[in-house]
Amino acid sequence: MKKVSQIQTLVIDGKEVGGRHDETILQVARENDIFIPTLCHLDGLTEYGGCRMCIVEIKGMPRLTPSCTTLIREGMVVTTNSERIMEYRRGILALLFTERNHICSACVSNGHCELQGLALKLGLTHVEFPYIFPKMPVDATHDRFIADHNRCVLCSRCVRVCHEVEGAHTKDIMGRGITARIITDLMQDWGESKTCTGCGKCVHVCPTGALTEKGKSVAEMEKRRQFLPYLKLMRERS
Amino acid sequence: MARELIIEPVTRIEGHGKVTIFLDDDNSVKDARFAVTQFRGFEKFVEGRPFTEMPSIVERICGICPVSHSLAAAKACDAILGVKIPRAAVKIRRLLNCGEFIQSHALSFFHLSSPDLLLGFDSDPTTRNIAGLAAKNPQLAKDGIRLRQIGGHIVEWLGKKRVHPAWVVPGGVNEPLSIEHRDMMLAEIPEGIEIVQKTLSFFKRIIEEFRKEIRTFGNFPSMFLGLVDKDGNWEVTDGYLRFIDSKGAIVVDMIEPTRYKEFIGESVEEFSYLKSPYFKPQGYPTGIYRVGPAARLNVCNGFSTPLANLEWAEFKDLERGPVLSSFHNHYARLIEILAALELEDQLLRDPDILDTHIRAFANVNEYEGVGCVEAPRGTLFHHYKVDNKGLMQWANMIVATGNNNLAINQSVLQVARHYMNGPEITESMINRVEAVIRAYDPCLSCSTHALGQMPLQIKVVNNRGNILSEKMRD
Repeated sequence: MKKVSQIQTLVIDGKEVGGRHDETILQVARENDIFIPTLCHLDGLTEYGGCRMCIVEIKGMPRLTPSCTTLIREGMVVTTNSERIMEYRRGILALLFTERNHICSACVSNGHCELQGLALKLGLTHVEFPYIFPKMPVDATHDRFIADHNRCVLCSRCVRVCHEVEGAHTKDIMGRGITARIITDLMQDWGESKTCTGCGKCVHVCPTGALTEKGKSVAEMEKRRQFLPYLKLMRERS
Repeated sequence: MARELIIEPVTRIEGHGKVTIFLDDDNSVKDARFAVTQFRGFEKFVEGRPFTEMPSIVERICGICPVSHSLAAAKACDAILGVKIPRAAVKIRRLLNCGEFIQSHALSFFHLSSPDLLLGFDSDPTTRNIAGLAAKNPQLAKDGIRLRQIGGHIVEWLGKKRVHPAWVVPGGVNEPLSIEHRDMMLAEIPEGIEIVQKTLSFFKRIIEEFRKEIRTFGNFPSMFLGLVDKDGNWEVTDGYLRFIDSKGAIVVDMIEPTRYKEFIGESVEEFSYLKSPYFKPQGYPTGIYRVGPAARLNVCNGFSTPLANLEWAEFKDLERGPVLSSFHNHYARLIEILAALELEDQLLRDPDILDTHIRAFANVNEYEGVGCVEAPRGTLFHHYKVDNKGLMQWANMIVATGNNNLAINQSVLQVARHYMNGPEITESMINRVEAVIRAYDPCLSCSTHALGQMPLQIKVVNNRGNILSEKMRD
C-alpha cells in the first residue's frame, strides 16, 4: 500500500511553515527561502550529515542538530541563525581550514570554492586555532584529473556520487578522524584504477579544489553541478 | 677596536634589508654588506605542486612585480607543454608587461626615490617621503600617482585585478582583450606620455645638483646584462641575453635564455638569504654584472619606438662607454616608462591584439622549462623541472635583485667609504647608503607596503657583538 504523505507544520526562525513528514528541516527551510549553510549536502545525493555546517537549534533539545538529517516534526520550533549557532559554524569552518593546506590564492578553485564562499558568507576573517600543515600527497596519475588531498574537506560528495549516481564506487574513505582520507579503489593511484569510468562527476561535485581537471590554472576550475538532480530524476524513473 | 655599523631596516625599498658596515680600528671603512634578512623558500615549497599553478604561486613572491614573475613562470610552463603559444597571446602578454613597467617604475621613481631627489638627501627624514613631496611639489606627486594608475589600469583591465591577477596561464592567457578596454587604454596613453616627458625634462634640470652622488653612487666598472630583441634593440618580454663589459663591448650576444646556466653561476653568502649570481666565465666574486633599467639601456642598440629612442641617445651621451653610475637608474626608469607607453600604443593598434585565440593546450611534453623576462628591476629567470605527471620536482629562480646583489654590496661600500668621515656616524652617510640601495630599486621580499613609515634603527656594534651606541629614527 502506498504510504500517504502527511503534512506537518513547524516554526523556523519565527515563520510558520509546513512540509511533508519525510522532509528534513533543511529541505523545508530552503523551500521557504530560509538560508542554512551547507557543505557536504548536495541536491541529488543522499544526506551524509558530516560537515555540521547546517546545525540548528530545536526548542527543547539542548544540543545542536544537523538540519540535513533531521526530519521535521509537528510543532517543532527551529532557530537557524542564533549567535551560538553562528559561533559554532565559524568554529567548524575554522577547524576545516586548519586541518589541511587551503591556500586560496594559489588554488585552481579560487573564487569558485564552496569552502571559501562559506568563510566569506559567515564572516570568518581569522582562524584562531593553530594550523596543522600536514604533508598531503597530490595524485596526478590520472590522464584528466588531479586529486589534491591538501584541499579535501572529507565531505564525501565524490564517494556518494560515484556510488549512487555513476554506480562505480571507485572512491571511498579510508581511516578515521584526522587520518581519514579519500582513496581510489583499494588505495591505488587514480590513474591505475580499474573501476573509474573517467566520468568526472566526482570532480564536479567536489566543493573545493581537491578534485580538479588537469591543466587548469589558478582560479580557472569552475564546477558544473546542474546535471545531478536531472540524472537522479531519470534514474528514479527508470 | 674594529666596529660594525648596522642599518636595519633599510627604508623606502620593497622588503626587509640590512646594511652592516665594518670599521677598522682607525674608523676607516673596511667592508660593507647588504643582507636580505627574510627567508621565502619558494623554490622549495613549490615542489610537488602541479606546474600549472606556478604562474599564480610565484606571483606571491612580490606585490609590486607579480606580473613579471607570472610571465617568467608562464614561459617556463610553455616550454614544459612544448607548445608555441598563439600570436595574440604573445602580444597581449607583452602589453601586460608594459603595464607592469609603467606602474612599477612610477612607484620607484615618484613614491620611493623622488623625495630624496626633490627634498634633498639631507632633509628631515620625517618629511622626506611621498607626503613631504606632495606638500612641496603637489603636481609631481599627482603625476606619479596618475602614471602608476595608467600602468595599473593595463594590468587590471587585462587580468581583472591590479595585484596578483590570475590571467597569465601556461599556453597563453585566459581571456582576450575587449574592444572597450583597448579603447580605454588607448585614451590614457597621451596623458601618460605627457607626464613622463614633463618629468624627464624636470629630471634633466635637477640632475646637475647631484654630481657628487652620480660620481659615488655605484659608479664603478662592471659588466651589464639585459635582454635585446633580434635586432639588438631594447626588449623586455621576449628577447635574447646580451652581456657587455665595462667598456661597452659585447661579450655574449643573442643567447637564448634557456642557456643561462652556461653564463651565470650562483653563489651563496652566509650573511644573506639573497644569493649572489655572477658571470660564470669570470668566476666568483669578480664576475660582477648589473641588471635593471640602466643596464638595459647600456646593452641595447637603441629603442624601436621613436620618442624613447631619442631619449636613449641623450642618455648614452652621458658617458662615452656604458653609463656606469647606478644613480642613473632613475633616469633610465623614466625613459623606460616612455618606451612602455609607446610600445603599448603600438600593440593596441595591432589588429592581432583583439584575436580570441589566446591559448594553446597540451599535456607535459618536456620535463624542463626555462622562462625569462625583464622585470622592472632586471632580468628574471624561472627554471622548472617536472615529472611525467606534471608535478614540480625542482625550481630555480634568479630574481632581478639577486643579479644586482654583488653590485649593491660594492655600491654600499663605495658610498660608505666616501661619506664616512671619522668615527661619527652621520645622518648624511646613512641617508646616502640607503639611497644608493634605492637606486637599484631592490625588491627584497617583496610586498606591497612601502616601508617609508618604518623606523630606521642604527647600531654600532663592536667585534664581540656589544652594542656601543644605538640611534632610532621614527
